[in-house]
Amino acid sequence: MPTALVNNTPVELGPTEQLNCIQAAQRIGFEIPHYCWHPALSVVASCRMCLVEVGDKKPDGTIVMRPKLEPGCQTPVKDGMVIIADSPKVKAAQAATLEYLLLNHPLDCPTCDQAGECGLQDYSYKYGRGYSRLQEPKNIKPDKDHIGDQITLFTDRCIMCTRCVRFTREVSGTAELMVTDRGTNEEIDVFPGEPCNNKLAGNVVDLCPVGALCSKDFLYKQRVWWLKTTKSVCPNCSTGCSVEVDQNEDRVHRLTPRVNPQAQGHFMCDEGRFGWKYIHSDQRITFPEARDVSGEGIGRVLSRGWDEILPAVVQSLKKRASVHPKKIGAILSPWMTVEEAYLLAGFMLKVSPKAKLALGPVRIEGEDDKYPKDIHGAAIEPAKFTIRAEKAPNRRGVEAVLKSFTESPMTYGDMLAQVAAGEIDALYVVGGDPAGWCSEEDAAKLAAVPLLIVQDLLHSPVSGKAAFLLSGGAFAERDGTFINHAGLAQEIRRSVRGPDGSRPDNRILWDLCGRTGLYQGASLRREIAKKIPALAALAAGTLGDIGVKLMASEPQPAS
Amino acid sequence: MPTFEPVLLARINKPDSTSLASYRADGGYGAFTKCLGEAPESIIETVKSAGLRGRGGAGFPCGVKWTFLPKNHPGPIYLAVNADESEPGTFNNRILMEKDPHQLIEGIAIACKAIGSHKAFLYLRYEYGTSYRVLDAAVNECYAAGLLGKNIQGSGFDLDIVLHRGAAAYICGEETGLIESLEGKRAWPRIKPPFPAIEGLFRKPTIVNNVETLCCVTHIISRGVDWFKSMGVPPDPTNPRDLGSFGPKLYCISGHVEKPGCVELPLGVTARELIDEHAGGVWKGRKAKAVVPGGISMGFLSAAELDTPLDFAGPGKVGCLGLGTAAVVVVDDQTSMVDVLYNCCRFMSHESCGQCTPCREGTSWMTRILDRIRHGQGRSEDLDLLVEVAESMGIIPGTTICGLSDGAAWPVKNAIKKFRSDFEEYIAAGNKTVTSAQELMAAH
Repeated sequence: MPTALVNNTPVELGPTEQLNCIQAAQRIGFEIPHYCWHPALSVVASCRMCLVEVGDKKPDGTIVMRPKLEPGCQTPVKDGMVIIADSPKVKAAQAATLEYLLLNHPLDCPTCDQAGECGLQDYSYKYGRGYSRLQEPKNIKPDKDHIGDQITLFTDRCIMCTRCVRFTREVSGTAELMVTDRGTNEEIDVFPGEPCNNKLAGNVVDLCPVGALCSKDFLYKQRVWWLKTTKSVCPNCSTGCSVEVDQNEDRVHRLTPRVNPQAQGHFMCDEGRFGWKYIHSDQRITFPEARDVSGEGIGRVLSRGWDEILPAVVQSLKKRASVHPKKIGAILSPWMTVEEAYLLAGFMLKVSPKAKLALGPVRIEGEDDKYPKDIHGAAIEPAKFTIRAEKAPNRRGVEAVLKSFTESPMTYGDMLAQVAAGEIDALYVVGGDPAGWCSEEDAAKLAAVPLLIVQDLLHSPVSGKAAFLLSGGAFAERDGTFINHAGLAQEIRRSVRGPDGSRPDNRILWDLCGRTGLYQGASLRREIAKKIPALAALAAGTLGDIGVKLMASEPQPAS
Repeated sequence: MPTFEPVLLARINKPDSTSLASYRADGGYGAFTKCLGEAPESIIETVKSAGLRGRGGAGFPCGVKWTFLPKNHPGPIYLAVNADESEPGTFNNRILMEKDPHQLIEGIAIACKAIGSHKAFLYLRYEYGTSYRVLDAAVNECYAAGLLGKNIQGSGFDLDIVLHRGAAAYICGEETGLIESLEGKRAWPRIKPPFPAIEGLFRKPTIVNNVETLCCVTHIISRGVDWFKSMGVPPDPTNPRDLGSFGPKLYCISGHVEKPGCVELPLGVTARELIDEHAGGVWKGRKAKAVVPGGISMGFLSAAELDTPLDFAGPGKVGCLGLGTAAVVVVDDQTSMVDVLYNCCRFMSHESCGQCTPCREGTSWMTRILDRIRHGQGRSEDLDLLVEVAESMGIIPGTTICGLSDGAAWPVKNAIKKFRSDFEEYIAAGNKTVTSAQELMAAH
C-alpha cells in the first residue's frame, strides 16, 4: 500500500486515492494551516499559508528534498513522499505569511462577527507573531453593504483567498463575485446592480475564513462563543442537508451546513439557511387546547392542561372506535420523524385495528433546482448541488412506516373524500409544514369530522376547528429520524426548548401510546428496525453524524 | 569584436523598412520558404543546436522548450508571441516591431512550422499603438501575398496570425498571465505544472516566445547555426548547468547617459563598454553609481561591478538575478539610492497582480517603508526589515506562483547589500526627498 511520511508519521494512501499534503496530514490529525484551499473548490494555491517541505522518493530509493517550499494544497502526495510541515523553515514562512495578511487588517475583533471562529485569529495565535512591524497607516477599503441582500462585505478584513469568487463560479455558476483592482488595492466586488443573490449565496459567508463576508441576518446578533451547536438536518426539502443548529438561551440564531458526503456535500441553500424563523414565530401554538365543538358553548376552551387533554384524547378516540371502528383515521405529515410516524400509526391501530392511515400533503414547488448554472440559467451536468422541489424532509420515512402498517396507505385527497362522504368519525391530523399545509377549503371539509384532533406547531385554518389542538414542536425541538430523497436516514436532534406549553411531537405521541418513562430515540429506532424490514438499517440505534443508508446493497459508511 | 555588423537591426534605418517589398528585396521570407519544405523536427534541431536562449528575461533554451510539446498531439497547438514588453527600460521589441515587422512575422511563421501550430497569437501591450498599426499592415500584406492563410505557397501549411492588444499590465508579460489574459480573464499567473507546452491557451499545448527570440530564429535558419554560435559566450566548462550565451542581443541603454538607445551587440559585452562606447558615457561628465543590468527586477550592479559581462550568466555572478531583458539603466552618482529603490518598489507594488499574499502585501509594504524613509521618518532598523521582507517574498522560499515577487524583492536585497551606507547616511542625516504637506503648511 502506498505510504507517505508526514512529520515522520507514516500515512497510508488508498491505491487510487489522490490526496494533497493538507489531506494527508489531516489523516494523522496534523493541521497544515490553509485559507484559499477548500475541498469543494478548485486549487489556486495563492494564500501561501500551507507551504511545506517536500521530498520525493527517487527510483534508487533515496529521498531528495525539493529546494523550495511547496504549497501543500497543490502538491499531490505520492508513494514514498516525505512531507515536513513543522520545521523552522516552514514555521518562518507561516509567520511571514500571517504578518502579511494582518498588515492591513483592521484588527477589529471586538466588533467582528467572526471572532471566535476566525481563521486569522486561530492561525495568528498558533503560527503568527505577537505584534506587527508595520509603522505606516493601514490601507483602508470601504465596506460594501451592497454585495447581496443577505451578505455584507467588510472589505478591509478580506485576505483575498477568493473562495467566495470560486464558489460563485464553480458551484452556483452564477459568477456574481469578482476581484477588482490589483495588488494590495484588490477588493472583492460585484458588478453594479448585479448583487450576489443566488439561492446558494449564503454559503460564501461560511466559506469566508475571516470576517469579511458576513450574514446580514446574523450580524451583531451573538458572539459565537455563546452559541451551543447541535448537529441536525435541514427540514426544508427532501435533500436533507446536514446542518448545525446554533442556539443560545433557547433561541436559534443560525443554521450552517455540516459536511456530509452522503447527503449534500459541503453546502446548503438559502431557503434552508434562513428558513427556520418560524421556530420563533408569534403564530406558534403555545398551549394545547380542548374545545367545545358542539352545543351552546361552541368554541369555548375547556382545558389547556396536557395532563387533562392527553387522557381525554385517548378516551374520546376509543369511544368513537367502539361505535364505528372503521370510521377512525389519521393523517401523518411528511414533516414527522420516522419515530413519530411509527408511534402514531401504532397508536391509531391499537385504538382501532381498522383505522385508516393517510399521508399528509407533500408540498412540491416547481422542479428540482440544480447547480451550477450556465450564463443562461440552465443547469450544467453533473450537478453539484440540488434544491429539491419536494419541500418536506421525511416523505420516504413516513411512507415506509405507513406501508408497514397498512396494505395501501391513503393519500391526503382520499382521506378528504372519506371525510366528505361521512366515513370518518374521528380524525387525528398532524401538520408540521410551516409554509401552511391546509387551505380554507380543506379546513372546512375537515371541520365536519365530529372528533377532530390537530397536532401542529403553527396556527392554520384548521387549528381553530379542532376539538383537541395539540401544540407540537419544530424540527429543532425534537429528536428523531428523517429519511431523505435518496434513502439516507439521519438524526435530527433537539437543540432548543419550544414555547412553554408546547411539547415535542415525539413526547406527545409517546405519552398517548401509554409508554412509560422518557422518549428514547435510539431504543425506539432499534424497535422500529425489528418491526419494519424496510427500516432495518436503523438497528444501529444511533445513526452517527452522516447518517445511514437504508439500502443494504449500498456500501455502509464508516461513521 | 569591432567588426560586428548588426543583424536584427540591420534594416531599421532603411527607407520603407516595414514594407513586404523592401523586406523581400533583402532576401526576406527565404528562410521561411526553405522551412516549408523541411521536417519540423529538423527545424527544432537546428534551433536547439544553435543554443538560442529566450530573450524575454528567463533565458530558457528556445529549442528545448519546443520539444516539450506532447508528441503526436491532434492539435490545435498554439504559438503565443509575447510582445507585452513591460519591464522598465526595455524597448527592443518595440524597435523590432515598428521598424522591421516582417522579420518578426517570418520568425513566427518558422516557429509555427516547427511546432505544428496553425494559429499564432501576438499579445501586444496596449501602449504600443504604432507597433500595432505597423504589424497589422504587415500581416495584411502577408495574407495578400499568400505568405499567411491557407495552403501557404502550395505547401499545404496553414497559418493565421491574430494580433491581440492587451490592457496594459506588467503581469501579462508572465507567460501564464499572458495566456489567461488572452483567454479574456484576469491575468493571474497559473500554477505550474502543467506548463503551457502541455496545457496552455484554451487548455491546448502552447509555446510562448518573445519577439526578439523569434527574430533570431529567422536568422538562425537563413545564416546557420555556426554563424549564430560564432558570437557570444560559450558555456563555462566548470559549470555543467551553464548553457552559454550565443548570438546577437539587443541592449537597451537608458537613464543617466548621454545617448540612450538600443544597440545590437554579441552577448557578453560589459556594462562599462555599453555605457562608454555605445551610449556616450554617463551624462554631464558624472560617474555611474549603479547600473541596472536587465530591467529593475534583476537588481543592481555597483560602480565596481561595471566590468561584468552582460551575458546570461554574468550578472548572476555578482549577485544580480540574471540578464533579464538586457535593459541597462544607468544611475549617476548624484542620485539617491533611496529614491531609485523607492521607484522600483512603487512600480512592482502597482503591478503585483495580487494573487499571492507575500507579493501582494510585501511589495506594498516595502514601498511604504521606503516612502516613509523618503519623508525623513526612516529608522536604522528599517533596512533589516526591508531585507527580511524581501527575503520572505522570494521564489527560493517558494512563496509565490510566478516570478514577479522575486523580481520585486531582488532590487531591495541588492540595493541594501551593495549600497547600505547610502541608506544609512540618508537616514542618519535625516535627509528627505519629500516634504510632507504638514511641514509645507508649517513653513509658509
